[in-house]
Amino acid sequence: MSPVHYVALAVILFVIGAVGVLVRRNAIVIFMCIELMLNACNLAFVAFAAMHGNLDGQVIAFFVMVVAAAEVVVGLAILMSMYRARRSASVDDANLLKY
Amino acid sequence: MREVLAAGTNADVIARETLFWILAVISVAAALAMILVRRAVHCAIMLAVVMLCLATMYAMQGAPFLAFVQIIVYTGAVLMLFLFVLMLIGISSGDSIVETIKGQRLAAGLAAIGFLVLLALTIGHAAIGPAAPKTAANNLDNINLTGLSTLIFTTYVFPFEVTGALLITAALGAMVLAHRERTTPKPTQRELAARRLASGQLAPDPAPGVYALHDAADRPALLPDGSPSEPSVSTVLSQRAVTEEARFVPLEDTVEVTAEGGEREIAPSGRAES
Repeated sequence: MSPVHYVALAVILFVIGAVGVLVRRNAIVIFMCIELMLNACNLAFVAFAAMHGNLDGQVIAFFVMVVAAAEVVVGLAILMSMYRARRSASVDDANLLKY
Repeated sequence: MREVLAAGTNADVIARETLFWILAVISVAAALAMILVRRAVHCAIMLAVVMLCLATMYAMQGAPFLAFVQIIVYTGAVLMLFLFVLMLIGISSGDSIVETIKGQRLAAGLAAIGFLVLLALTIGHAAIGPAAPKTAANNLDNINLTGLSTLIFTTYVFPFEVTGALLITAALGAMVLAHRERTTPKPTQRELAARRLASGQLAPDPAPGVYALHDAADRPALLPDGSPSEPSVSTVLSQRAVTEEARFVPLEDTVEVTAEGGEREIAPSGRAES
């Protein structure tokens, strides 16, 4: 398989994740869509690493995974405290700062 | 294609292509299902499917280490964290169906199509060559782990250190965010006993389902005169039934609760009774 196919698949998955972020209201689902986008980026990184025949792309994908894990931990903690304060995980309910 | 053919046997290439197309279809379908299903738990399962497909693709592209990290860290740890928070927040926290901003979905769809076209054009113009032929120097399958560790601890050693700092900061941040300060002092055993005596009920609440038709946790126990005993049912269950109806209840759940409401001894709210 040529890397173009993998990159095309990564683009499709990334766009699906972006649509999910735009459309969904539940903050947890939005987080999952962000994870999907990060995974799509990883797939592109790995495909480019295979294309160039070196391992730098894989190292970057590895760092992306670590950052994603840290992001999920902090994001879910924010979500928990938000849920504690407002009894809702919907992003529409967090509107106190809205004009 | 020539280069790939040179890298492996013909059957190997055909197997890889077949596997790629199967995995691509499964992952795109699962990703679409993820943004379409209402329940957050189903979203998590669909995301797990996508991640497993991607892990297989990493293995196919000469990244076995990343494939295993993907399964262990993403599917194992991150998704379990998602499910854990879902459990804490409430398994039934579905999405609301009403559109808060008018025409948001349409606009999102249009933006997605535009974005897709943009990315497709960019990639179409970019010169993405075929996979590099495998030589003794860059045989990714054999030297993957040692090559990765050499890169991480030589070229990328500073980002690696920063990653460690980031992880520690994230762990501390999560602890600080999830911590709740106790505003009242913790009651001692003596105070608890005094409170129990003052309340007039020394024994614990009756267990649910005693003398009732079913012994499910949401069935109240029957008193000697046959009337249901309200304190026998956990307040969490009745509260959840109320909040479920008031808040984001998916369509199929509404039907379920209403259909079940007829045979419930105590209805959590007026709607289930009707």
